[in-house]
Amino acid sequence: MAAELHVELVAADRSVWSGEATLVIARTTSGDIGVMPGHQPLLGVLESGPVTIKTADGNVVAAVHGGFISFADDKLSLVAEIAELADEIDVQRAERALERAKSEADAAAERRADVRLRAVTGVH
Amino acid sequence: MGAQLRVYKRRIRSVTATKKITKAMEMIAASRIVKAQRQVAASTPYASELTRAVTAVATGSNTKHALTTEVERPVRAAVLLVTSDRGLAGGYSSNAIKAADRLTGRLRSEGKDVVTYIIGRKGVAYYGFRERPVAESWTGFTDSPTYADAKRVAGPLIEAVQLDTAEGGVDELHIVFTEFVSMMTQSPVEKRLLPLTLDKSEEPEEAAKGKILPLFDFEPSAEDVLDALLPRYVESRIYNALLQSAASEHAARRRAMKSATDNAGELIKSLSRLANAARQAEITQEISEIVGGSSALADANAGSD
Repeated sequence: MAAELHVELVAADRSVWSGEATLVIARTTSGDIGVMPGHQPLLGVLESGPVTIKTADGNVVAAVHGGFISFADDKLSLVAEIAELADEIDVQRAERALERAKSEADAAAERRADVRLRAVTGVH
Repeated sequence: MGAQLRVYKRRIRSVTATKKITKAMEMIAASRIVKAQRQVAASTPYASELTRAVTAVATGSNTKHALTTEVERPVRAAVLLVTSDRGLAGGYSSNAIKAADRLTGRLRSEGKDVVTYIIGRKGVAYYGFRERPVAESWTGFTDSPTYADAKRVAGPLIEAVQLDTAEGGVDELHIVFTEFVSMMTQSPVEKRLLPLTLDKSEEPEEAAKGKILPLFDFEPSAEDVLDALLPRYVESRIYNALLQSAASEHAARRRAMKSATDNAGELIKSLSRLANAARQAEITQEISEIVGGSSALADANAGSD
């Protein structure tokens, strides 16, 4: 069995996901980063974007809006103000939000909705 | 019905109505404590992860950042006071206000100017009545605060901290709120948020093992990480304080309303005793009047016969 790292994905008001994973891919401000067990201790600033957590039984994808990734002692924490798992995201609502954001030219809202949709469809 | 009895009956009716209201408020508050406690628990992972990250940067790098280093001669301090929007919660708000007054006095005696920020209508009213200056105040969310509320409060505070002292910025940031200890105990506490104080309680494991924190790799750089991390840290601490205060407010209100209900019950009991005595006195009086009247009649009849 491959080595695993413990992942905690927490939002401001709840714990979103926690468990063991073999690889975590997240988007920091200086580009995508993949963390595997035994990585050097790391602390990075996350961009709005999808986070992929590869576990023994498949992938967990979440949309994360801002926040941090921190890794030490094979424990990885993803701390974000807003974080949603792909299966929690309401596609129709996100699409509506995207339309609305486009019509109102609200760049931040458009990006949030876009990240949600990409997390669901798996297109990175 | 005699006048005395009528007065008692009326008072019993009014106290019964009050008791119903206080009982209802007690039950509402009791149900909300549980919800508020659950929210506190739900926000804990975020706060502890953030604290861990902040500890890591502060101890694992040699970066000097405005928000982590102590100013040599602090001249201005900001105090954020968390009170409630509504009363009927016993000493909840006044205890927090008293704690803030003590802190303000202490800071002044250390030669610092104090800028006050207030959350909750009760605190605003207290400061307004005494015509004390308030830098900024927020109301309307103390019984169920959201993260967005905490963000709204944290914004101006972080701005003030980042500003230069000469331009009116503050060097220290303190928060006064009511800690939820248990259902029966809530105590006002004061904490210094900035500059960071990394006391041992925040890293008990590392301190216990005497372990050195690992050397961190920062992405993109330690300064940028700190820049982004500290506002979030302040927000999450304020959010946690707001949630604890909300739970404390409900617990204080529940206790105040419980004693109000109990007192109303006592009052009703003693008033019914008095009403019974008044009724009995009335009956006794009527009987003696009848007996007196009839014996007077009997005497008069006996005399005429």
